[in-house]
Amino acid sequence: MDYLGQEAWQAVALSLKVAFWATVLSLPLGIVTAYALARGRFVGRQILNGLVLVPLIMPPVVTGYLLLLTFGRQGPVGGLLYDWFGVTLAFRWTGAALAAAIMAFPLMVRAIRLAIEAVDPKLEDAAATLGASRLRVFCTVTLPLIAPGIIAGAVMAFAKAVGEFGATITFVSNIPGQTQTIPSAIYAFLQVPGGENAALTLVVISITLALGAVALSEWLARRVAHRISGK
Amino acid sequence: MTLSVNIKRRLGDFALDVSFDAPDGVTVLFGRSGSGKTSVVNVVAGLLRPDEGRIALHDRVLFDAGAGVDVPVHKRRLGYVFQEARLFPHMSVRDNLLYGRKASGLKGQGDLRRVAQMLGIEGLLDRRPARLSGGEAQRVAIGRALLSEPEILLMDEPLAALDAPRKAEILPYLERLRAESGCPIIYVSHNLAEVARLATHLVVLEDGKVLKDGAVSDLLSDPSMVRVFGVRDAGSVLTAQVVDHADDGVTELKVSGGTLWLPTVPAEVGSHLRVRILAQEVLIAADRPVGLSALNVLPVTVLSMKRGDGPGVIVQLKAGDDTLLARVTRRSADALGLHEGGTCFAVLKSVAVAPADVGGGLQSG
Repeated sequence: MDYLGQEAWQAVALSLKVAFWATVLSLPLGIVTAYALARGRFVGRQILNGLVLVPLIMPPVVTGYLLLLTFGRQGPVGGLLYDWFGVTLAFRWTGAALAAAIMAFPLMVRAIRLAIEAVDPKLEDAAATLGASRLRVFCTVTLPLIAPGIIAGAVMAFAKAVGEFGATITFVSNIPGQTQTIPSAIYAFLQVPGGENAALTLVVISITLALGAVALSEWLARRVAHRISGK
Repeated sequence: MTLSVNIKRRLGDFALDVSFDAPDGVTVLFGRSGSGKTSVVNVVAGLLRPDEGRIALHDRVLFDAGAGVDVPVHKRRLGYVFQEARLFPHMSVRDNLLYGRKASGLKGQGDLRRVAQMLGIEGLLDRRPARLSGGEAQRVAIGRALLSEPEILLMDEPLAALDAPRKAEILPYLERLRAESGCPIIYVSHNLAEVARLATHLVVLEDGKVLKDGAVSDLLSDPSMVRVFGVRDAGSVLTAQVVDHADDGVTELKVSGGTLWLPTVPAEVGSHLRVRILAQEVLIAADRPVGLSALNVLPVTVLSMKRGDGPGVIVQLKAGDDTLLARVTRRSADALGLHEGGTCFAVLKSVAVAPADVGGGLQSG
């Protein structure tokens, strides 16, 4: 283990931490957004849909730079966050989590939205006729039925967040032990002579993480689907 | 009136313009597919919003376009049984049954045991909907609607998706429901056999409008409605009382116009039954026939005669207080010299029976 070095292990731990918080904190917003896109009938639905997709299409570096402009200490939002709460995002691991969350958001919303669209609205109508308010219908019928989709969306987002590079390095730089995630570390190792071994090990670790995440999500989703259908 | 509906709604090329009152008992919305039956029920439920009009249940206004009232679906206090059971797949039968109680803030299990028993689903409470047959699922759906203690029950062809044996399995439960539930039922159907067994009141819809509405016995014995019901299915419904079960396996029934004998009817002496007599199962004889295998002959008076497009004539007959329909050919009508006010005999080739409401049930107006 020693040959990997402290720096690399820190990168793995930080990546997992960043991806965890990015996923957990964006999940509620992801569910609400997916529900609004799948079931909502409001003006601006297409605009919201476009906004959600933007990070997927824009160069990640651009997203990172926009984050820096907005959430940096001098930025309009970043300045307020610092003045009011003393919170700094730029060049901190929290900023890495924000960047990862935004980059992973389209994947998360898409998976959850597909699950919501697969729920028969007739079931929701039936629940309403039985006296359930919209919120209750959502919590007792829609949410349990889309649980597999939520799991799939969360795991996709987690895997994406572990691997996010462009926006992260632009927004929070590449500071070992503070903002250096696995991809940044691989990049850094490849810049110095003799770093290939460490880089290769990190490559293997990230492939394992990605495959593990997919396998876990498949397994969980199948278990939940099984429990839901009662077959 | 228990439920009064007076609404308009445009749906593309189709215009719904419906006005009727539904009294207690079962009001059947009858019409062919596309006549707007389901839309009417969805409007009452609040799932489809009318463009204008008013809906009131007892003294509670559910919708009034003029006054800006539109009670949301979940506050209308209704039970809706859909064509498909629409059970929640992730809940047990028990949780499905109790869903409406929890959602409307009702305490406890209510009549869970009695309702489950009435519908024959006591043994299924811990199962998941995926492991129910079509008939079982539909009975659970009926129980789920009942247990939310609705002020009105809406049923949109609840038997349409089922095969004949399953229908036969559920119909008796619906008959018990009519007798026991104590809340008005709006029942959508295009099946005249169901109408004859279940309806107390009938609303006939055609192209989004009410063609005619009234007591079921009046509408079914109305010659002008034969076109709508179809000559094969047209026929009247009357109430009979069981008088005696004879030793030779024949049950004696009393109707207002005389006595009927039928192969053993499984009903107690003194109980009331609904008797359906199809127009094409009635023969007319000028004199009381002798030497005939048919047991059931009623003396009748001709009320009216209506010629159709074909060779047939629909003859409306008065038998006691009841009205029968008979379909004969124009040639026989002429040969018999049938005329309005004339007397003759109705020979009933076959008669279908079903339980009637408690206390005689059929209203006649």
